[in-house]
Amino acid sequence: MSDRIRMTIDGREIAVEPGTTVAAALMMNGVHSFRESPNGDERGPLCGMGICFECRMTVNGASGVRTCNLLCADGMEVSTQ
Amino acid sequence: MTSSRSDILVVGAGPAGLAAAVTAAETGCQVTLVDDNPHVGGQVWRAERETLPPRAAQWYARARQAKVHMVGGATVVYAPSPHELFAHSVDGAKKFQCEKLILATGAHERFLPFPGWTLPGVVGVGGLQALVKGGLPVVGKRVALVGTGPLLLAVGAFLMQRGAHVLCIAEQARRTRVLAFGASLAWHPRKLREAVKLKRATRPIPRQYSTWPLAIRARSQSLEIDLTRKPESAAAVTKTLECDLIGCGFGVVPDTVLARALGCDLNGEAVRVNDHQQTSIANVYCAGESNGIGGADLALVEGEVAALRACGQTIGRDLQKRLDRGRSFAQGLNDTYQLRDELRHLGQEDTIVCRCEDVPLEHLHPYGSFRDAKLKTRCGMGACQGRVCGGALAFLRGWAPDSVRPPYAPIPMEDFARMCADATT
Amino acid sequence: MDSRRAIVVGAGIVGAACARELARAGYSVTVLDSRPPGCGTTAAGMGHVVIMDDSPAQFALTKLSRELWDQLDLPDYGERETRGTLWVAADSEEMDAVRSKHRAYSDQGVDAEILDEHQLAEAEPNLRPGLAGALRVAGDSVVYPPTVVEWLLNDANCDVQQVDVTEIDDNIVTANDGTTLTADVVVNAAGNYALGLLTEPLDIHVIPRKGHLVISERSAGFCNHQLIELGYLKTAHGNHGETNSESVAFNLQPRATGQMLLGSSRQFGKVDSVVDPGVLAKMVNRAMEYMPGIAKLQAVRTWTGFRGATRDNLPIIGPHPTQPHLYIACGHEGLGITTALGTARLIKQFVLKEEPDIDPAPYASARS
Repeated sequence: MSDRIRMTIDGREIAVEPGTTVAAALMMNGVHSFRESPNGDERGPLCGMGICFECRMTVNGASGVRTCNLLCADGMEVSTQ
Repeated sequence: MTSSRSDILVVGAGPAGLAAAVTAAETGCQVTLVDDNPHVGGQVWRAERETLPPRAAQWYARARQAKVHMVGGATVVYAPSPHELFAHSVDGAKKFQCEKLILATGAHERFLPFPGWTLPGVVGVGGLQALVKGGLPVVGKRVALVGTGPLLLAVGAFLMQRGAHVLCIAEQARRTRVLAFGASLAWHPRKLREAVKLKRATRPIPRQYSTWPLAIRARSQSLEIDLTRKPESAAAVTKTLECDLIGCGFGVVPDTVLARALGCDLNGEAVRVNDHQQTSIANVYCAGESNGIGGADLALVEGEVAALRACGQTIGRDLQKRLDRGRSFAQGLNDTYQLRDELRHLGQEDTIVCRCEDVPLEHLHPYGSFRDAKLKTRCGMGACQGRVCGGALAFLRGWAPDSVRPPYAPIPMEDFARMCADATT
Repeated sequence: MDSRRAIVVGAGIVGAACARELARAGYSVTVLDSRPPGCGTTAAGMGHVVIMDDSPAQFALTKLSRELWDQLDLPDYGERETRGTLWVAADSEEMDAVRSKHRAYSDQGVDAEILDEHQLAEAEPNLRPGLAGALRVAGDSVVYPPTVVEWLLNDANCDVQQVDVTEIDDNIVTANDGTTLTADVVVNAAGNYALGLLTEPLDIHVIPRKGHLVISERSAGFCNHQLIELGYLKTAHGNHGETNSESVAFNLQPRATGQMLLGSSRQFGKVDSVVDPGVLAKMVNRAMEYMPGIAKLQAVRTWTGFRGATRDNLPIIGPHPTQPHLYIACGHEGLGITTALGTARLIKQFVLKEEPDIDPAPYASARS
């Protein structure tokens, strides 16, 4: 098995297989609500392909990054806030 | 900002875009192929982890061989002209200049609003497949797939192979229609082989026709979905299932954002093209599902045709024949899985239709157009710019989408300003 | 008893406000527009309700209008928020302008206060350090114009019809299908199209002035007031009538949604609505100079609009010089949202032959 990728979610270290998308990594690690809607409802990924914008997170300090189309990388820092 | 110049720029690296890029490059053109996914293949040939499906891998090898310049993970967000496009990726802005542009932006799922469709864990059918291909484990997970179209079966088979417990496939179309379509595949041997294989692979999954969802509720650790089945009363729950994940998809909608931004005419929900895949705008071609839903094989042929025309070549008789066959299959497909009128009433008054801005259906009643509704209710004003609610409202209200303005996807102001400053148009 | 009939041509905010005033005065009002209400220039604007002192006449009209906005019982969906305006001074020269602006406002009984460098930094921490100060006009507000238009028309129980008007001849209104409508009173509030509909042209002209805006995603708390660089007065209102002249100025507005609406640009000689990347770049760069944090806000959408401008930057409000049943209300440039209510009040006072709240002479249609 290939070397696992090490990264953090809200500072917590995780390891995933290469080729894992950030959205999948988040869901595997217990994050199901990705966003709070204007009314305060919980939302998770919908389209999985970059058109619904429900899965956006702050990645390496950049906000609003769609995680469904982004592959995990070593040292990546994902913030769900 | 990185910048590249090519004879031909292809946007979208699914079957149509790959075929277009390879064909153009093999005739000697300099070709750039850009996609917002990290890998080529589009949705239908999406890579699983790092591995491309065999057909995508073949095209990818040919693209490399032909020296196609491939840029992944970059979303086209601004096209001041057909000859100058800007894309955004995690490492900033990129500029592409080209003589000819081929749009192969594909399609996305149509989502219809019904109570509970906005809950986390309710995803698109293709969306669920994409997440699993991206590494989400589904071993032992209880999954229901609802909606319409052959994607339900394909994803059902895929999820089963990955260890999911697929509780049901609920197809809104009538069984007789689907069977008739299956019989018509005799004229399309490859499609027939695929269909037989799928049917075999999904045999253990309970399949219901004339069935659609009424509501989804969140339970403490799971989701619960109510299904109804015609011809019983439309509102009667005929089955309730407890699931971990629910895939919903009511067919697919052409992605026309970039085409509309460039001023291309539409034909219904799809980009209008002539016999040679040319759009209404000079030097802009369109291939694949953005000019009409028809599957991967038709997309490949269209990509080839678009590229040959863009390179000034003629279309051989054999290619024309394949195009015609592909279109006849597409017609049958679209007729079979046409959405039934009953689905217009899935949503309740307070059901959210615009997820970005939390706009319920009842707020839309006074309005006669997307633009009017958008300005008065914020429907379609959010981050997705109406991509999600647009597909629903085209079916529910017959509304054409509102105009497209840059950026086509939200990006940081500084990157947007940089692109604007760099635009020569 | 039959009430007197009025037709208002144009369902933008000026038309809607006029319709409501006339309806409240007892008229039975029909509003005609080729598009749904509030979808033209009204929808393209920022929705800033602001007192401006470019000229005494502008001051009088904006002040009257702001008072009328305060009296309006607007429901929540009008998104009205009274956050005040900060006229931001970059240097000591602009600070002098702040002081004279302060005097002008105070003399006319409008609350305004001068903020020094530190008070400004405290009021708006995201502004760049080292700005000289600002004038705070606390009573200015922000509204969302499309829904305000909808409410004005509903509140007045107006009959709104989607009709493409092609000509107005005194009290005879002709549609593109050749049908005509008549009324006791006709108000032409068709914005940029208004003067082109007249059978008896005016000497005065209204020229469309193109503007760009960008809106961000929700970023509540990023700024607290509508912020405008004081240089706006010099840049945005200068160069009238010169073809191809263009200017940008820092103008940032916090919306009730938490989004940031960023302006502004002004261009003459442009008629297409396409986003002009060069102008947009200058506009966003200008804003980032004042507020560096804007760089990281997510831009969601841009759009353009056309403000109808007169040579003296004052709207046309009042009776047509030769057609006694026809009243004109157009040419509001960038102040249509603010001054719609004052305009409508004056139009009603003309129609009912009442004493006007302010001297209407500067807005007369018989000027050039």
